[in-house]
Order: sequence, then structure tokens, then C-alpha cells
Amino acid sequence: MSTKRSLYLPRRQVIRGILATAAFGATSKLWTGCSSTPEGASGPGGDASPTAEGGKPIVIGFIYNAPKDDYGWNQAQATGAAAIASIAGIKIVEQESVPETKEVQEVMRNMIEQDSATVIIPTSFGYFDPHVLQVAKDYPEVQFFHSGTLWKEGLPKNVGSYFALVDEGQYLAGRIAAQASKSGKIGFVGAKPINPVLRNINSFMLGVRSVKPNVKMQVIFTGDWSLPVKEAEATNSLVDQGADVIAVHVDSPKVVIETAEKRGVLSSGFHSDQSALAPKGYLTGTMYNWGTIHKKYVELLKSGKTLMNGGIPHQVIGGIAEDYISLATFGPAVTDAIKKDVEATKAKIVDGSTVVYTGPIKDNGGAVKIPGGKKYPVTAQELTQIDWLAEGVSGKTS
Amino acid sequence: MALNRSNWRATAEAIAIPIVAILFALILFGIFCAFCGKNPLSIYGAIYSTAFGNWRTFQGTLLRAAPLMLTALCTALPARLGLMIIGNEGALVMGGIGATIAGLMLSYGSLLPNVDQVKNTLGLPSLTVQIGMALGGILFGGLWIAAVGALRHYRAVNETISSLLMNYIAIALLNHLVEGPMKDPASLNKPSSFPIPDAYQLSNISGTRIHYGLLYGLIACIISYFLIQHTTFGFAARTAGGNVKAARIAGLPVGKLTVIICFLAGSCAGLAGMVEVAAVQGQANGSLVAGYGYAGILVAFVARYNPLAAAIVAVLLGGIINSGGALQRTFNMPDATVLVFQGLVFIVVLYSESLYGRLKIFKEAEVKAPPPSAASTAVPV
Repeated sequence: MSTKRSLYLPRRQVIRGILATAAFGATSKLWTGCSSTPEGASGPGGDASPTAEGGKPIVIGFIYNAPKDDYGWNQAQATGAAAIASIAGIKIVEQESVPETKEVQEVMRNMIEQDSATVIIPTSFGYFDPHVLQVAKDYPEVQFFHSGTLWKEGLPKNVGSYFALVDEGQYLAGRIAAQASKSGKIGFVGAKPINPVLRNINSFMLGVRSVKPNVKMQVIFTGDWSLPVKEAEATNSLVDQGADVIAVHVDSPKVVIETAEKRGVLSSGFHSDQSALAPKGYLTGTMYNWGTIHKKYVELLKSGKTLMNGGIPHQVIGGIAEDYISLATFGPAVTDAIKKDVEATKAKIVDGSTVVYTGPIKDNGGAVKIPGGKKYPVTAQELTQIDWLAEGVSGKTS
Repeated sequence: MALNRSNWRATAEAIAIPIVAILFALILFGIFCAFCGKNPLSIYGAIYSTAFGNWRTFQGTLLRAAPLMLTALCTALPARLGLMIIGNEGALVMGGIGATIAGLMLSYGSLLPNVDQVKNTLGLPSLTVQIGMALGGILFGGLWIAAVGALRHYRAVNETISSLLMNYIAIALLNHLVEGPMKDPASLNKPSSFPIPDAYQLSNISGTRIHYGLLYGLIACIISYFLIQHTTFGFAARTAGGNVKAARIAGLPVGKLTVIICFLAGSCAGLAGMVEVAAVQGQANGSLVAGYGYAGILVAFVARYNPLAAAIVAVLLGGIINSGGALQRTFNMPDATVLVFQGLVFIVVLYSESLYGRLKIFKEAEVKAPPPSAASTAVPV
């Protein structure tokens, strides 16, 4: 009867509410979730564009491990998806921010069962084993094109790998950085000291040293693929140490590029085109042209070829010659002379007269890692074993 | 609380308020969808049919609920003792590490098996290895949170903050181990431990794609419920949670209770880590850090620390997560949409708690005494 006190909130409850909100923020990564993408900003999606051609469209499901407008790996993949979305007879469905757990298996199953997808393109490295392999066994009619180089003989026939090798792009980006740098010091923010990142750093450095052998490069590894705070700290400390060009290999170079721009230094991106983030300091960066590969797949699929009948190769891999990678929009600091040099070097790479990994190459401890006279093309198996940093790079691999 | 007389009104209150709250959250979400230019009714339909529509999709819901049940207990159990532990993620990761160590030792006899050892496993029966892995997970996760409890009791360190910070230590330790001392040299691009042999991994419940982790979760929730509600140990814990001084005067061993409850809480989350290793990933790597721990905190809050309710809330949350994909793919809405929905549900349900004991309809007619204070109503029956 005496419940006149209407809603008041006991302290305990308020504390609990705040804790819950904090926990919610932590689970949901609100900071990335909030980045504004009105639907279809990076791709028209597949919504209700019934294709003619009689029959049902081929439904292709794309899965990303972070928002598809991350200015990085996922945006590059989503741009590739957008490139095929408007092709007649193709319908794409996309799902972003899918973690590498049972969740991605469920997403693949749902795409197959609910959206009648017959082709799945899981774009994150960690989706492959065990997730893609398990689902592929259950759906032998569905084709899985995984972004990586992980497919091997003996794995399910309906799984394939596609990948682009960035060494040649980073070599060119390194040449540009060397010519644009005034201080002779370059900084590199990397995620983890693992092979793909080390290769990226070394290719960049080989490019730098092919122009100016005395330029030094300092590397900082943040320890994980997406640590925005550490990436900003690393960039700042590299600039403090005198670096006037910052290169990067993390999942999303956004923070590094923006921080470098704020500090007034030059930057070289990766994965996709970040020129909009740094109109003054952005030089260029290697970006993936996944659309080239996706279009090729679509052509083959539409002519009835599959992985299972051998019409589509299980490994699709290439570099700058195949147009799987290219350089992003040049910034204002890239002068006409530098552009000319890039064109000339690129032509030499494409015709094979310049090979990025040409011995002798020493590591930063002075040991010869690739003996003189050896030339490794980007597809060489030896390069997947690189676990060292090239001469002139200061930093440790462990 | 009137446990000795027919308390159907209290039960009705405990059921009606959350349901009304969820309906209210649905309405709010509908308004949000309408602002996004989508038809709320068709979105409700899509959420329902993806989350609970048929057995095939419902399996997806249960699969996502499984780890949440276990991690929710990591917050729910100490909360009955008055402790706010949010170290679920760390305990899960530690459990995963413990299970991996146990699994590798029992299958190969070494953390870094050489080629011979990989070929000739020790050949133990799979049940032995799985029990060993479960014990490893329970021990590592349990000790991790027990340390938080001990710091709280003996050194008066705030348990919320220490458990939160220990999450980061656990994740750093995991990264260190899989990138160094336990690294499988074959895992070049994604540093991982050596894999547990397929034969020793937890299988799926037959005829479904749900792994046995769901069963572990349900059993742990039921055991915890009886432990807290129907044993003297649970009674002692609840008493200490209600009033520590009174509990001390009554001679209850508060320190021991704290450490034991914290150990149990951590062992539940550790078991979730073991399930992730043994049933999902097959090895320890960065994918263990998937946010199940933090989601478990929410489940515990919404379930009002009742272990049985935690199981139900976990299924509800599993359903919401499950439906998120359909919203993205069918309605072309951004991935944050489902988080908006999740957030609305949690905030409305949490704040609906202030309604308990305030609604006339749920009051016993003859009660003359003033209603119990809000603080005591916060403890569920």
C-alpha cells in the first residue's frame, strides 16, 4: 500500500548498470561498430536485384572478420565483392564481424541453407582450419574459395585458395618512400613477427635500399592484428625517433595513417586505398585487387566450371603482373620524377628483369640469407620460410 | 522472503517482469528499425525464424549458448557472495591453456612433440584424455579466479578491477605461449599450439551439430543452482553475501568460502575454455579470445545471478546473436544492428529490476508491513 516512492535507483543497481554497459561495450566493440556505414556504402549489396537469364542466380556468400569499411583487409575484400555484385546472374550476400569460432561455421551453414548460396568466400585467414574444412565436408556440392594459400592436395575437392603476393607492390612502395624521405629514417608498424609481415617489411626495405642503401628502418610490432591504441603509440614513437615516412602492416592501417598525417609525416598504406585519410602525407601503398580474382571466378562459374570438375584451379595466386595487386592513389608528395621511376621499375618487374628477392641478401645481423646469384620469384616456396628481417631494419623477430 | 507459504505471486512476478521487459525492448528496437527504413514486423519475423524457427536453426542458437552458460556462472556464483567478478574472459583463456597442456601431455607426452611423438601417440583411451583436459581447464581457470578471491579476502584488493586486469594478463600469457614455448612450427601465419589429435576431440551430440559443451553448461548450471540454493555451503555463502559481519559473528569461514566459490566460478569459465579447445579449435590460439567471457557477464546480470535462469538467458542471447547474420544478409543492415538490439534488451531488463516489489498486482493482499527495501529485493528467490 505504501509504495508511494516511484522509480528510484539504488546505488547497487546503478553500479550494475554501468558495469553492464561497460561489458557490453567490450563485447560489441562499439567503437568499430559505430563507424558509419549506411548500408551499401562499399557495395550495392545483393538486395533484390533479380537477374534475368532465366534460372536462379548464383548466390555467393562473403564473410568478413571485421566491419567491411575498415580501410584495411576487409574493405579490400568487400571492394572485390562489390566488383561482382552487379554482374547479371550473380547475387552476393555478405556478413561482417564474424569471429573465427563456431560462429563462422554457423554463418556458412546459414548462407547455404537460408540464402541458397552455392559459393562461399570466407576472407579471414583463421576461418580455414578447422571451420571451412568441416563445413566443406558436410556440403560437397558447395564451393569454398578461401583467401590464403592454405589449400593442399588431399584436402576436400570443393575447397580452393586464392591469394595475391604483395612483395612487388611493397618493393615499389619502398622505392617511393626512399625517394620521398628526407631524414633517411623510415618507421614500420607491424602486427606480429610472422612470415607474411616479415616478408612485407623485407620487400619494402629491399625497395628502399635499391634507391638509397643507407636509409634505416625501425620496426615496431604491436603484437596483434588490431590494437588501435598501440598502433597510434607506435606511430608516435617512430615519428619522435625521427622517422619521416611510416609504413604499416596491420589489419586496418587507418589509425597509423591518420596519426602520421596529424604528426605531419609521410605514410605508406597497405591492403586498400587510404589516400582519403591523409590528403597531405599519403604516398601510396600496396592494395589488393581482389575484384580481378573474383571476376575470374564468376566467369568460370557461369560457364559451368567448378572446383570439383577441375574447371577451376585450387590455387589461384599472383602478383602485380596478374593485376591482383596494384599501388593505391599517389599522394601529392609523389613527384613526377618518382612516378616515372615507378612506371619503369614496374615494367621491369612485370617482364621479369627485376626480381625483388635477388641475392645476396643479408639479415639485420649480417648473416647471408639468400646467397648471391639466387633469384626467388614471389611464388617461390623458400620465401614462405622467411623468419628474419633484412639488412638495415632494426627490430627483433621475437 | 516468504518461502514457506504459497508464493505464486512472487513467481509470477519473477516471470512476468522479464518477459514484459523483453517485449518492451522489442518495441524500442522496432522503432529503431522503422527509423532505418525497414519494416519492424518482418524483422521480428526474421529474428524469430532464425533464432528459434526450426530445429536446424535452433541448433545454431544452442551452439552459441553453450559457452555463455559456463562463463555466466563465473560472475553469477561470486555475486551470491557479494563479489563482482568480471574475469570470465581471462579464466576462459586460462582454462583453454590448461586443457591444451593437459591434452598435449596426455596424447604426445610433450608440449612440443617431435615427428616420432606425433606419429606414435601414447594411445590412451579418449575418455581419459578428455577428462584430463577438463581437469586441466577446471584447475587453471579455477586457480585464476581463486587468486582474485584470495587477493580480495586477504589483501582487500578490489575484485572487480583485479579480475578485469587479470583478463589482459591471461590473454598476454596465451599469446606468449602460442608464439613461443608452445608454438607449432607449422603454424606460420597464425601462431598456435600443436593440435590435439582428432580422436581426442569432443564430438557432437549424435544427430546434431551441437558439441557436448552444451551438456557441460546445463549440468554446471543445475549443479550450481542446487549448490547455492539447497546446501548448507550455499546457505553460508548467501549469508556472507548478505552481511559479511553477521556471517563472521556467526562463525562462518568467510575467507574459505570466498576462495572456494571463486575457484568454482573460475573452473566453470575454465571448462568453457576447455570446450573451445577440445570441441571447436582443436588447439590453443588467439581465436580463444572471442568475447564469450564478456558476454557471460551480461548473461549473469540479466539472469539476476540465478544459475538456472542463466541457462535460459544464455539461450536467449544465443538466439539474438544467431539472428544477427540474417539481419545483415536479408535486410542488408550493418552488423551493429544486432548489437543495438542486444543492448536494448539488456538495458531494459536490467532497469526493469527496479520494478520488483513495486507492482501492486504481485503483492500478497494481507501484507501490512512496508515493502522490503530495494537492496534486498535485488536478491532473487
